[in-house]
Amino acid sequence: MQNNSLTTEQIRALIAKGKLKDTIFKAMGVFCLALALLVIVLLVADMVIKGSERFTVDFFLNFASRRAAQAGILSAWVGSLLVMLVTAFAAVPIGVAAGVYLEEYAKRNWITEIIEINITNLAAVPSIVYGLLALGIFVYQFGFGQSILSAGLTLALLILPIVIVSTREAIRAIPAMIREGSMAVGATRWQTCRYHIIPYAMPGILTGVIIGLARAIGETAPIITIGALTFIAFLPPVPYTTGADGVTAGLFDWVMSPFTVMPIQIFNWTSRPDPAFEVNAAAAGFVLMAMVLSMNAVAIYLRYKMRKNIKW
Amino acid sequence: MQIHDTPTLKAEARNLNFFYGEAKALKGINMPIYDKKVTALIGPSGCGKSTYLRSFNRMHDLYPGNRYEGEIRFFPDNTNLLASDVDPIEVRMRIGMVFQKPNPFPKSIYENVAYGLRVRGENNKRVLDDKVEHALKGAAIWDEVKDRLQEMAPNLSGGQQQRLCIARALATDPELLLFDEPTSALDPIATGAIEELVHELKKRVTILIVTHNMQQAARVSDYTAYMYLGELIEFGKTDEIFIKPQDKRTEDYITGRMG
Repeated sequence: MQNNSLTTEQIRALIAKGKLKDTIFKAMGVFCLALALLVIVLLVADMVIKGSERFTVDFFLNFASRRAAQAGILSAWVGSLLVMLVTAFAAVPIGVAAGVYLEEYAKRNWITEIIEINITNLAAVPSIVYGLLALGIFVYQFGFGQSILSAGLTLALLILPIVIVSTREAIRAIPAMIREGSMAVGATRWQTCRYHIIPYAMPGILTGVIIGLARAIGETAPIITIGALTFIAFLPPVPYTTGADGVTAGLFDWVMSPFTVMPIQIFNWTSRPDPAFEVNAAAAGFVLMAMVLSMNAVAIYLRYKMRKNIKW
Repeated sequence: MQIHDTPTLKAEARNLNFFYGEAKALKGINMPIYDKKVTALIGPSGCGKSTYLRSFNRMHDLYPGNRYEGEIRFFPDNTNLLASDVDPIEVRMRIGMVFQKPNPFPKSIYENVAYGLRVRGENNKRVLDDKVEHALKGAAIWDEVKDRLQEMAPNLSGGQQQRLCIARALATDPELLLFDEPTSALDPIATGAIEELVHELKKRVTILIVTHNMQQAARVSDYTAYMYLGELIEFGKTDEIFIKPQDKRTEDYITGRMG
């Protein structure tokens, strides 16, 4: 006892020594964080400065062109939005249903164990592999061709694991007592899912969906693999309008239309020899980034708004 | 003495065993539950009283690896609640439950109470309004919430939430109401309100209540069962159990020498 006890001076010296390490680590942390932020800020600033002369209304309303100054991103951003629409409509119901099934219905045994491991694995499959799969199945086997539908379904496959995993996590955050409370009044599993589990998991599911879509909108490899065109000077047919060929488009004709998307347009411009196109690429890069960031902002807003009313 | 006090049976456990996987949690329980009476289950933590309670509405069926043996007979129709051909949903439609921690759904006060009726396919607004009001009155919370039925239930105080949960269970007119330590998360005033309510409710419904609080058992119940290590040690009228317990273990627990 006597030998082990420290004097006040010794205790203070010990604390000072510990605090020094504290300070050093803190400084290092701030430095690393600043470095990471600096790189991002520089990248964005570079795009903004380089692309500044293209931030005009025309840039958004013009098709691609051989002359850099007149080239715009109309077909690319419309294409990106439409592909995302197909992706969301395909991935959300399938992913949510799969997630709800795994959490609420599936028995815990080795089969579900294997399925779970494989869903995690699917999230790690390189996106170009999805592109190859889609080329074989959607483009040729199903005959969807190089269309918005093929691209949307391909990206849906790509983000399906994200949607499933976020659905499951959102469901797991719901306390067991809510489920028990519902079952105790005589509800079936489906009634419990329909009135409680799915609504309460919605903020988490939506967040996962939007993060998935934000990843999908920047994907290039699988879209190139299925053969999206790089030079498109027309828009997909608007439902119930008559085109130049005199044919009236049906409600879903646009899904079979050829298309291009933002990342492909950017890739196309950066690979041109004329340096004037670099300006277009930088401007389009900034627009794509703004699209992703605003999607994330929407996700955060929705989550905040919906969670306000859900508490246990 | 016995003549004007022969209660009818509402339910009866017959040689009931229960297993969580390999672990035997209930050991050969035989016990009557009398109609329109309050029966309290007391005993130290882990004695199986909640496990026993949750057998009545087949709550254990929600989780894998649980197994019942024996019977719980439910009267007047003499159904075995634990039979594999009896749907647990049917059982839960007849037997209501109030949980340890108030668990209102993150929905409006109205929807919380109406839920049991909606599950049964009732969508007529007038019927729902009527039954919601009746249930809230039955749970002695109507006056506090009648002007704000559309407000979110989790914004109520803990005691109000628990009475709302009682209203939710009452809305579907259960024959038996299970209470799993309903006041353990509440302050003394809210506890008093719930106890008064239990006393009131036994005019309409049979009540089985788990409590860790012996004074509460003595105050609210007509019959008391003392459980220990998964066994039913003693069952009898509450005043008899508390005044002259037959078993040494019951006496030790009640007098505070154990537990």
